[in-house]
Amino acid sequence: MSATDPTDDTLSRLIARHRDCEGPLLPILHDMMEAFGHIDEGTYPQLGRALGITRAEIHGVVSFYHDFKTRPNGHHTIKLCRAEACQSVGATETQSALFDRLGLTDFGTTPDGRITVEAVYCLGLCACGPAALVDTQPRGRVSAQSLATEVGA
Amino acid sequence: MKIYVPLDSAAVALGADDVAAAITSYAAKAGISVEIVRNGSRGMVWLEPLVEIEDAQGRRAFGPLSPADVPALLEGTLKSLGRVEDIAFFARQTRLTFARCGLIDPLDLTSYAAHGGLGGLKRALSMTAQQTVEEVTASGLRGRGGAGFPTGLKWETVRSAQASQKYIVCNADEGDSGTFADRMLMEGDPFSLIEGMVIAGLAVGATRGYVYLRSEYPVAIRVMRAAVDIARENALLGEDILGTGTAFDVDIRVGAGAYVCGEETALLNSLEGKRGTVRAKPPLPALHGFMGQPTVVNNVISLATIPVIFEHGAAHYAAFGIGRSKGTVTLQLAGNVKYGGLFEAGFGMTLGDVVTDIGGGTATGKPVKAVQVGGPLGAFMRPDKFETPIGYEEFDNAGGLIGHAGLTVFDDSADMGALAQFAMEFCAIESCGKCTPCRIGSTRGVETIARIRNGDHAAIPLLEDLCDTMRDGSLCALGGFTPYPVLSALNGWPQDFGVTTAEVTQ
Ligand SMILES: Cc1cc2nc3c(=O)[nH]c(=O)nc-3n(C[C@H](O)[C@H](O)[C@H](O)COP(=O)(O)O)c2cc1C
Ligand code: SF4
Ligand code: FES
Repeated sequence: MSATDPTDDTLSRLIARHRDCEGPLLPILHDMMEAFGHIDEGTYPQLGRALGITRAEIHGVVSFYHDFKTRPNGHHTIKLCRAEACQSVGATETQSALFDRLGLTDFGTTPDGRITVEAVYCLGLCACGPAALVDTQPRGRVSAQSLATEVGA
Repeated sequence: MKIYVPLDSAAVALGADDVAAAITSYAAKAGISVEIVRNGSRGMVWLEPLVEIEDAQGRRAFGPLSPADVPALLEGTLKSLGRVEDIAFFARQTRLTFARCGLIDPLDLTSYAAHGGLGGLKRALSMTAQQTVEEVTASGLRGRGGAGFPTGLKWETVRSAQASQKYIVCNADEGDSGTFADRMLMEGDPFSLIEGMVIAGLAVGATRGYVYLRSEYPVAIRVMRAAVDIARENALLGEDILGTGTAFDVDIRVGAGAYVCGEETALLNSLEGKRGTVRAKPPLPALHGFMGQPTVVNNVISLATIPVIFEHGAAHYAAFGIGRSKGTVTLQLAGNVKYGGLFEAGFGMTLGDVVTDIGGGTATGKPVKAVQVGGPLGAFMRPDKFETPIGYEEFDNAGGLIGHAGLTVFDDSADMGALAQFAMEFCAIESCGKCTPCRIGSTRGVETIARIRNGDHAAIPLLEDLCDTMRDGSLCALGGFTPYPVLSALNGWPQDFGVTTAEVTQ
């Protein structure tokens, strides 16, 4: 992100909001995800200066956590649970059917860039699987059909 | 009339928001005056959305409800399930930790107090720190996050440490498949967790607390944040707790999708803004925890059980349970089970009672093949282990672990070879990377199990060796316990790997 980028201001605000708390990096990165949809490497120098840490440290943290993305997701994100309780009620089959329906061969974003399907391991909806989060909406007993319909695919 | 429509994630996942919207719009059209309360869940997930109407006749339940049922519900022609308390699944429970969950508006502090809330804190405020810790020790409470470590002992270590700042950290990372008690509690009765953390703060001399809450739980995050604000406005948190001059405050921190951050030292690193890698112990977090200061790290259910222990006294709590497993266990019935949900009862029921009697067997109606107890690092148990009583030592003796008390049921269509391979794959995906047996071994494990499943029986001893290495050479239970599901599957169902019992040497 360049100095003229209008989001620079937003970043300063996000940093200011958290910099005095204990362990500010994760709260800032979460806010950046929410504000920008991804975390741009161009922000590392500003972040690093504000928090007194190196680019390498920031990169290390960003790359460690599944939630932090260096590229934006599609317009809708389906987080589909792959864990054991959901498998016991057919999540693996649901996953294949959803991939077929969306033209995916693996987790990722559809070729038209509209929909991202991510794997998650448990959403705490293990008594009503297969489970998913559609954007931030919890969904239980899902099918490929119900998920595709919800995201308009 | 007052109508309770759960805001709980599971209820919402099954359409509770749509039901609430339908009630509002039909009531407006029909000129019926309704007050909708978004409560927590009563824990019977197969009946969600479970709606309750409270009027002159008392409180009656209806469910599972769809928006199409709303006109009949409001016109009084829909058949009721009766009182929740009379539904067999509910009637058989001993609700201590979950006494208020689903009963009250989770964000109504007045209603919380009217149902026994704050009683525990008031009692603790009249005790010395040492007496407070002794009360927890006397209750026999053991950590509900997985390891079953005595909570009183942990608190005593932190209490007797000298430091300018101590912390209470609540582990709300609940990453295990088949578990949702933490989520339900935070969504349905958040003040009990906050009250438990305040008591912990008084006991050990900590003035600051954090709840590390996983990002996969958006509803719990929203409810907990709102509860903290309300608690501050009402002096349940802040500089002057209930007017006593004691200070304690809590912040909600959101995880970032790493399973290993449920491990307490990885969690502390993450809270400090670092990669969530596991720290070697010692030093114990109790002495050298968050920011290098003495820190209590406890699970949500451990902390949320503290208020009821103080409300009724340690002896009351310790009277439930068996052997060294005191009090109640908050079982979570998950997976392919007919009656899934949360079941709180004293320790000591057998596994078979829980799965067959309470859970009603599988949802598909087919025979139960396996039950995985204690999440992805727990063993798969065969129905011939159904006599095992639910207790820490009892499960240990049966080659299993209780962990966070989630039970995932599988019917006879389950492929135990595929599940074993998945266990290794999960370890490979979530490994923090610190130890070689876990980081590399898990990937080799996936390949080795695939070889066995493809007919290469020579790979069996390799897998067994690899599991030994992971068990002995891993720093934490992610690498160290993954062999439990893998070997229990191999030994319990060799036919699913295409091998005979004789070929399995262990
Ligand atoms: C890989 C791994 C994941 C864990 N995940 C959790 C978790 O999600 N929640 C939890 O409370 N404890 C979890 N634990 C256990 C914690 O390390 C720790 O024992 C617990 O938070 C202590 O609290 P308690 O004594 O109240 O149980 C995990 C441990 C390991 C090794
Ligand atoms: S066992 Fe695995 S997760 Fe645990 S510390 Fe070692 S590498 Fe990290
Ligand atoms: S295992 Fe899928 S929601 Fe828990």
